[in-house]
Amino acid sequence: MDIVLALKEALESLNANKMRAGLTILGIVIGVAAVIAMLAVGAGAQDTILGSISGIGTNLLFVFQGNTQEDVRNEQPLTMNDVNAMSDVFQAPHVQSVAPMVYGNTTVTYGGETASPEIYGVTSEFAVVSNYNMIEGSFISDENVNGRASVVLLGPDVADKLFGRRTLITGETVRVDGQPFRVIGILESKGGGSFGSQDNVIIVPITTARVRLLDRDRDQVDLVYVQAMDAESVPAASEEVAQILRSRHRTEVGLDDFTIYTQEDILSVAGTITSVLTIFLGGIAAISLLVGGIGIMNIMLVSVTERTREIGLRKALGARKADILLQFLTESSLLSLFGGLIGIIVGWLIAMAIGKIATASGTPFNPSVGINAILLATIFSTAVGLFFGIYPANRAANLEPVEALRYE
Amino acid sequence: MSKKGKAIVAKDLTKVYQMGEVQVHALCGVSIEIKHGEVVAIMGPSGSGKSTLMNIIGCLDRPTSGEYYLDGELVSGMNDDQLALVRNRKVGFVFQNFNLLSRSSALLNVELPLRYAGQRERQRERAVVALEAVGLADRMDHKPMELSGGQQQRVALARAIINDPAIILADEPTGNLDSKSGKEILSLLLDMNKKKGTTLIIVTHDPGIAEETERVIRLYDGQVVDS
Ligand SMILES: Nc1ncnc2c1ncn2[C@@H]1O[C@H](COP(=O)(O)OP(=O)(O)O)[C@@H](O)[C@H]1O
Ligand SMILES: [Mg+2]
Repeated sequence: MDIVLALKEALESLNANKMRAGLTILGIVIGVAAVIAMLAVGAGAQDTILGSISGIGTNLLFVFQGNTQEDVRNEQPLTMNDVNAMSDVFQAPHVQSVAPMVYGNTTVTYGGETASPEIYGVTSEFAVVSNYNMIEGSFISDENVNGRASVVLLGPDVADKLFGRRTLITGETVRVDGQPFRVIGILESKGGGSFGSQDNVIIVPITTARVRLLDRDRDQVDLVYVQAMDAESVPAASEEVAQILRSRHRTEVGLDDFTIYTQEDILSVAGTITSVLTIFLGGIAAISLLVGGIGIMNIMLVSVTERTREIGLRKALGARKADILLQFLTESSLLSLFGGLIGIIVGWLIAMAIGKIATASGTPFNPSVGINAILLATIFSTAVGLFFGIYPANRAANLEPVEALRYE
Repeated sequence: MSKKGKAIVAKDLTKVYQMGEVQVHALCGVSIEIKHGEVVAIMGPSGSGKSTLMNIIGCLDRPTSGEYYLDGELVSGMNDDQLALVRNRKVGFVFQNFNLLSRSSALLNVELPLRYAGQRERQRERAVVALEAVGLADRMDHKPMELSGGQQQRVALARAIINDPAIILADEPTGNLDSKSGKEILSLLLDMNKKKGTTLIIVTHDPGIAEETERVIRLYDGQVVDS
């Protein structure tokens, strides 16, 4: 019997039991939809996170105090002298600019409104290395830093919170940790703020932050942003910075008291984490697809039992084993194929809905249903149908015609 | 004795069913020969092995021992797929309980053997001709539920003859029918034998039917007592 006839008969048979076929398909729909939605959400999250890491700046190194791998005795903090050495063209020819920073958390108040942003204490170089642009006003200047001025830049989230707007705020005075600061500018949104929201920040001169807000030592630096000349010089810049710090801190060989991350490092770590997350989510969803497959097997077994006489009759009329096998495999594959197709659409809708909800609640991200995910879901669900259909179909094909005809 | 000229040659057939510890000897050394075009009734009390013999003759089952030739071919050593082919080409079955596919129309039921024969051309016409031959021209699109018992058995008859089989096996074909429909079915069967020379073997309890046949084979406890 050929495949066209087999398809026709399978459709007739499924049609005769619409309710049952529908419920079986539903099992697969749920499984496939879950897989598609989870993969889409995972891929969307990955895009957002990687995008916001890239959005910090370009060709950056981040230098922190301390060694994350080993204990180092006599650990020295990063200081402004270290920063100045890194800025030296002769010592570090591949470094373009260096921006020191101290950071922490604080509260800002204006009129009865309070915001709790991160606070960055920076120098004027920060404007170059970071990708912040201004909606209005101007960035922290060298004079602000030298004069320990009480001036502040507000991130867009903070402006929203305190003023309910993002413009015409420059010149106002807000209270940072209870002390009056004059607003000299508003930052543009960086968007995609799921990686430590980069919009919920305020920026002040590093000197002011050390003394009046964050209680750091005179020259202390928490973190240094180093921008390499270009993408190719990132490794060289990293090596130069390391050499400078090793000699200045007189570290023992192999025991650095600082840590350098490149943007690539962070990107690859974040990429790995989100991939694992995606696989994990997809894997959990795949279990429900498996359950759907067991549903198919269950229904096909019932169907084989119910139709034992029919199978006996078909064999009496000349059906070979292969004919019966094909008949039942076609039915189970059709069930899973329909389930798969509907599931892809439903999964896509779910993913879109999740994206909309996330955007509405302030974390803009676009779940992406890739062609890979669709192929995977289709192949996987059909394979599930085939796999779980094989046992019942085999059982049908191997029935003895006489026994089957006698079956009540 | 030439096997060529015979529709059926069975030598010393036995069939043993293993029921747990107990062995049931359904056939104990049955030898029969049936010529082409013969009309034979098989009679015997219930449990005497009539159906078992019919199943072996119809290639639905294999004998435990013995040789069986159908239309000159040694069937007793064939594998499942070869048996399926022989059933499809050479045997037409009529069952006591009709055995129609309830979801399908009369026409589709009659076409079914052609589907498995891999003959796609003229399926429809041949099924129509077969249904006309049994007097159901006006019921082709009806499902079995919408037909009387006699009509259903006529559909089964049309299905049995669609592949021009060498033999038709009818196991108590009138057992579920009233006597009028039973007579009609019987006369249709005898008609086919006359027109096409199809060998006809009928299992029956009805002495009336046995009177209409040329020959009666009597079984008792798995053995032929009179042929
Ligand atoms: N599949 C089977 N398993 C076990 N015993 C069977 C089976 N089929 C038939 N028998 C036994 O074989 C004997 C002959 O049965 P059967 O050929 O059906 O008799 P009849 O058709 O003449 O009434 C009976 O004793 C029956 O119980
Ligand atoms: Mg019987």
